[in-house]
Amino acid sequence: MNGEVKDPLLVIGIGNDFRCDDGVGLVVARKLKEKLGWNAEVIETEGEGADLMAQWQGRETVFVIDAVSSGSLPGTLHWVDATTGSIPSQLRTFSSHRFGLPEAIEVARSLGLMPERLFVCGIEGANFSYGTDLSQQTSDAVGNAVERVLREVEASFAAAL
Amino acid sequence: MKSKSIRVDTLARVEGEGALSIKIKDHTVTDVKLEIYEPPRFFEAFLRGRSYREAPDITARICGICHIAYQTAAAQAMERAFGAKVHPQVRNLRRLIYLGEWIESHALHVFMLHAPDFLGYQDAIALAKDKPEVVKTALDLKKVGNDLVILIGGREIHSINLRVGGFYRMPTKKELLPMVDRLKWARDAAIQSVQLVSTFNFPDLERDYEFLALKHPKEYAITEGRLVTNRGLDIDISEYETHFQEEHVEHSNALHSVHKGKGTFFVGPLARYNLNYDQLPLIARQAAEDVKLGRYVKNPFKGIIVRAVENVFACDEALRLIEEYEPAPKPFIEVEPKAASGWGATEAPRGLLYHRYTTDEKGLITSAKIVPPTSQNLRTIEEDLWQFVPPRISLPTDELTWACEQAVRNYDPCISCATHFLKLKIENER
Repeated sequence: MNGEVKDPLLVIGIGNDFRCDDGVGLVVARKLKEKLGWNAEVIETEGEGADLMAQWQGRETVFVIDAVSSGSLPGTLHWVDATTGSIPSQLRTFSSHRFGLPEAIEVARSLGLMPERLFVCGIEGANFSYGTDLSQQTSDAVGNAVERVLREVEASFAAAL
Repeated sequence: MKSKSIRVDTLARVEGEGALSIKIKDHTVTDVKLEIYEPPRFFEAFLRGRSYREAPDITARICGICHIAYQTAAAQAMERAFGAKVHPQVRNLRRLIYLGEWIESHALHVFMLHAPDFLGYQDAIALAKDKPEVVKTALDLKKVGNDLVILIGGREIHSINLRVGGFYRMPTKKELLPMVDRLKWARDAAIQSVQLVSTFNFPDLERDYEFLALKHPKEYAITEGRLVTNRGLDIDISEYETHFQEEHVEHSNALHSVHKGKGTFFVGPLARYNLNYDQLPLIARQAAEDVKLGRYVKNPFKGIIVRAVENVFACDEALRLIEEYEPAPKPFIEVEPKAASGWGATEAPRGLLYHRYTTDEKGLITSAKIVPPTSQNLRTIEEDLWQFVPPRISLPTDELTWACEQAVRNYDPCISCATHFLKLKIENER
């Protein structure tokens, strides 16, 4: 990536296609890739925190799409403007060894490695067992998540004009 | 006294579920259970009926951290099954990309996951606020490993350039050379990290482990070797299942590995260091000696120092391999599939990874067995806790819970291979 000009707009889909609803972030990212075409770089990742930081460093606007298990109704959208605030505690997952998205956001904030704008779109999942199909409720939320990101992209472009 | 229980509940979000439960009654530990669900079981079934060619790429999906370990073990198992021998430079390039994986994995664990425990920080976020320079160095070190993997493998995770028989494309020497200066920086950073982590306070815990690792006559083993232990076992990898078996335990979906007729064993950096110390390059041995690590390490908490020492080795060895590198005449050899069995074993960052496949005459997989490092260490972790908790039984429950979690983290349980999320919950019982 050294010396390479980066797209100002980056969409990061996080998830695992083999764990049912955990793949929803990837599904949304793929749909956004179709919609946004050359206007954005869209990448898929398993969500390792240090890699997330390397990806979004130096970008203008970044959208991260990820599955969430917070106890809300499956299909619920959790929208967080991480530029101005931390990830709410109920959306954080505690781990013995994981360095994931919430940790990456806060570490990046401390080290001055945040992009100019970072939005997180969390989609509440219902089923995280083995398999490749999304649950109905989560699948139903994909369209809303795509729309929500597109609205924000338009707002970002409008603000930049 | 009141009895108490330490409970680490399952939280299922992504691949892998883990739970830890410790029960204490009248100052005595009455129960320790580490419950892990292992994705590889799913993959073993998934592989049946698939082509031998697909094994490296399918098994790579087991883990986003040590995918090179899976790809290499699977490719080598197939090559062994079909009697194929890769070019020495192909072998060296596999070792080189594997070193990239070690560097990124060890940097992540040492600094971001385990160091906060020793420094009294809740997590890497707190550490970054207080010691940003440490975290920045860690991220830069990790990036050197990542970039080495990308350079050879084509992308960061689930590399697309590895295959049965070698690589789709071998890089030119010129393409590898830009890594030289960065690896030299990384080697220095790794030496400094050995010094930093050696100043931590290490809880007192030493046990008489049986260590198991690959051993190679000429090098610090990563991609090949015989299986040896500190108690005299010395076998070909094809004999793994003769000596080691996975037992079903009632409290867990996971299988616990044991050395048949012997008991638990220990795989990972400590095992490698203890069994293969003499094959570390001088610069890594010097880094260990400078902090008085000792020739033999039995305290699992000191695994953090050993990982840092292994990163000195990894950077140094990568520099050596790049210096001696020339692309092979052909990046891969074609293999002739047949009805056969093959074995592959490599040293993933967390320890020994074992693969065994049987194929039919067309090269379709009829059975597969994958034993990741974390499942081999599960019962050893439980045994550690049986010994670790009693002297600390009077600690407040939250401190004791923290200490137990730290003890589990000694083994760097793999994000995807085994445990993923551990949510802590403390309950006091009458």
